[in-house]
Amino acid sequence: MSGRIPLVAYLVLGDEPHLEANECVACGARFFDRRNACAACFATEFRRVPVATSGEVTAFTIVAHAAPGVPVPFVAAVIDCDGTSVRGNVVNVPADDEHVALGMPVRLTTFSMGTDDDGVEAIGFGFEPVAA
Amino acid sequence: MSDDIWILGIHMTKFGKHPDLDTVDLGAQAAIAALADAGVTMSDIGILAAGNLMGSPGIGQQLQKQIGQTGIPVYNVSNACATGATALRTAIMAVKAGECDMGLAVGVEKLAGAGLLGGGGVSKSDANRWAPSGRYGAVAPIDGRIGTATMPGTFAQIGMEYGHKYGGTSFELFARISEKNHSHSTLNPLAAYTKAMSLEQIMGDVMIAYPNTRPMCSANCDGAAAAVVVSGTKLRTLSLEQQRRAVKVAASVLTSDPWTEGCQVLPDVNTLTRNAATQAYEQAGVGPDDLDLVELHDCFATAELVHYDNLGLCEEGGAVDFFGSGAPWRDGRLPVNVSGGLQSKGHPISATGIANIWEVCQHLRGEAGPRQIEGASVGLAHVIGLGSACGVHILERAAA
Repeated sequence: MSGRIPLVAYLVLGDEPHLEANECVACGARFFDRRNACAACFATEFRRVPVATSGEVTAFTIVAHAAPGVPVPFVAAVIDCDGTSVRGNVVNVPADDEHVALGMPVRLTTFSMGTDDDGVEAIGFGFEPVAA
Repeated sequence: MSDDIWILGIHMTKFGKHPDLDTVDLGAQAAIAALADAGVTMSDIGILAAGNLMGSPGIGQQLQKQIGQTGIPVYNVSNACATGATALRTAIMAVKAGECDMGLAVGVEKLAGAGLLGGGGVSKSDANRWAPSGRYGAVAPIDGRIGTATMPGTFAQIGMEYGHKYGGTSFELFARISEKNHSHSTLNPLAAYTKAMSLEQIMGDVMIAYPNTRPMCSANCDGAAAAVVVSGTKLRTLSLEQQRRAVKVAASVLTSDPWTEGCQVLPDVNTLTRNAATQAYEQAGVGPDDLDLVELHDCFATAELVHYDNLGLCEEGGAVDFFGSGAPWRDGRLPVNVSGGLQSKGHPISATGIANIWEVCQHLRGEAGPRQIEGASVGLAHVIGLGSACGVHILERAAA
């Protein structure tokens, strides 16, 4: 067996990798996890919608101490992707406060996380700076 | 009014390292001292509400085995960092409902030496095979790969988010907030840390999650706090001395986080605090300008800033200017965290939501010693448990 698998189910691979949200059909609230019902309006019908692949950093931290096995430092951030808040790392940039800033424009990028015993490659995602 | 609720007795243990005391010892110490402070015994108590997160389940019954098994109902509560406030609120609700006229609330935690909290993820299996699991269908632990849910990282982002929205924040600003609290705790002998720290020391310390260095994070430590609450009707049958020292619970509110866009991406600690504050001011019939002191949940320096705004201590977006004016220092217009706050007094999780009320009561009773805020008559205590739960209590000095 071989092939590719996304780090999380809401990452869609292919020619144009993007994130996909569960959007409440009734009220439009968006979620990234498996849903039982809508936390905003309690409806139970959802549709899969693509999330914009570029956005703006609205909050970030540079994590210097993390759980064992997690490489540090890394930049954890919240990205406003055209009205949908997304959690992700800011990558392909030095992890310091001179290279990462609030309001910084970023875009989705994917990368290999390695291959398992079956030859399956896991694909992760992050957000990289866009030249202003 | 007959349904008034009062704090009759309250106690906080020394926060810090208690290697010779276990969780039950610490909780019992706080409970017995709170009962003594109230001038009552376990035979007067009609309900026990108790909170503890890190020990073995059933702290309430474990405490009863040591301090008095009287057969009363016990509620073991768990609400993250708001556990203590939840225990207190549970006792208050029982008295308010008329089920009994006196209740005891206890919060206790053994946390000295605990490391980084939060951010647990999918554990790695022995087999080297990517297999989706959990609500995100993740094939590997996501903390560190998709942002972070660790406490320092989460609250760092919450402070940065405020800066993005309103401007004016910086590493130095957040460090100055911490400098204030570490200065305040020099007057609090029960604080885990009682040494002042300079701005340079704070900014130069070990970085945990930018912009929070180690002294800007709440201090993991051991501690307990307990309170006896009583109905106004019962209080009037007690001694004049008990009535004089009683502190009125003018508002007791607990909220959870309503859905807002992005709240499942980065917790929204703002909306539920604003809701709790609004309800509390309405219940108490007071406003932020009437407060003489505030103990708020500064689990990180970045958190203290946003709660100035959330509690209405400043106008919306004005937290940076509020701090810059010197208002929240102990000699300022509205002293905040004169105990030293969670950053310096310490944060034994389940004790915190009663310990902050103890601090306010000390001042309202005029018993705060060298750190007394002179003439204090109204104070507010706030806690947040991530997940989230927010407790706000407004306390008033008894009329002379």
